[in-house]
Amino acid sequence: MPKLTILVSAAAAVLLLAGSVSADGLVKYKVADNAIQQSLTGKAGDAAEGEKTFTNRKLGNCLACHQVTALAREPFHGEIGPSLDGVAGRYSEAQLRMQVVNAKVINPDTIMPAFYRTDGLHRVLDNFKDKPMLTPEQVEDVVAYLKTLK
Amino acid sequence: MKTNWKQITFLAAAIGFGACMFAANADATDWGKYQVGEHRSGYTYMTDESRAMQNDNFQNPGMLWVEQGAELWAKVDGKAGKSCASCHGESGDSMKGVAARYPVYDQNLGKLQDLEQQINYCLETRMETKPYKWESDEMLSMTTFVSYQSLGMPVNVKVDGPAAAAFEKGKAFYYERRGQLDMACKHCHEDNAGGIIRANTLTQGQGNGFPTYRLKWQKVGSLQRRFRGCNNEVRAKPYPYGSEEYTNLELYVKWRGQGLPIEAPSVRN
Repeated sequence: MPKLTILVSAAAAVLLLAGSVSADGLVKYKVADNAIQQSLTGKAGDAAEGEKTFTNRKLGNCLACHQVTALAREPFHGEIGPSLDGVAGRYSEAQLRMQVVNAKVINPDTIMPAFYRTDGLHRVLDNFKDKPMLTPEQVEDVVAYLKTLK
Repeated sequence: MKTNWKQITFLAAAIGFGACMFAANADATDWGKYQVGEHRSGYTYMTDESRAMQNDNFQNPGMLWVEQGAELWAKVDGKAGKSCASCHGESGDSMKGVAARYPVYDQNLGKLQDLEQQINYCLETRMETKPYKWESDEMLSMTTFVSYQSLGMPVNVKVDGPAAAAFEKGKAFYYERRGQLDMACKHCHEDNAGGIIRANTLTQGQGNGFPTYRLKWQKVGSLQRRFRGCNNEVRAKPYPYGSEEYTNLELYVKWRGQGLPIEAPSVRN
């Protein structure tokens, strides 16, 4: 019995450290004014890692739709999304985080996928079921990278 | 020197008129039969090279499937000892217009039938032989051969009366988000047609060119293959070939291109 108590409190402590988790297993976050003020991980992301996630076709794949002049070395930037040049000057960090986590909060009709969401989706392939497109760390890294696009 | 005002006025008017014409042309290319109102065939979004390939029967690789289909058409198979030609005539002329009006609601079967399903119905009940597998060489050859008989005819599907329920379901599918990427057909093909995603130009997703020779596939493929590809790309579970869901969607997508010419076998990137 004491063993179990220790286990339970250890698990609770981990949860507290990581921030609270919602029923779908994702980190909870608070939306205010179409923005998320708090980092999903509780700390700042890594911009260099974020650039990798941003360009990786199996992760962010952001260049499928957006253009970034600083990434001209990467082939085939899409054109259906706006250019992200100077995006850090147009939006706050909290607004960028909202846009990456779930852009539909801002524009319900947008084509842009929500990169940190698993609820309310329809017929997701088994490989991707109940998994967000990015981890909280990857979201924060991408936000950190976007902040470099001044 | 006497100024000829009449001539100058005429010249100025001519230049002005020419400029207007140029401006109008810059706004919108005249795509002729490949555009009906707002609706443009995938043909209008392709490269000049792909269009040239489609236009020339000797260059169009899809014509290989038409030829294979013509052979199958005449081939006797099954317990009934018949070929397609036994009932429908040697030339395939009787198939003129079929691709333009399919899928159709079949009163006897009480369901919507697309071309593939109708071909298999004939194989099983009239010829008493095995149905073709979807996307097999035989099926693609037969659908391409049959569709080719309607080349240039305007798409004219019936969506009212008994087809109305299937049409509404197809429409609902088109506007329903799906997959981990959470996109509906309309997000690419209605909202962003003409835009570039990675290296590809998004089309309006019309069905008039199918079966199409897709350069990426290096072969002819059905509209339902394209549906499955799109669904996979948004990380959504595709439906099986010949499913009711995709057949309804075929009808809806064909209707969106009502009036566009049948181009089978078209050439797409």
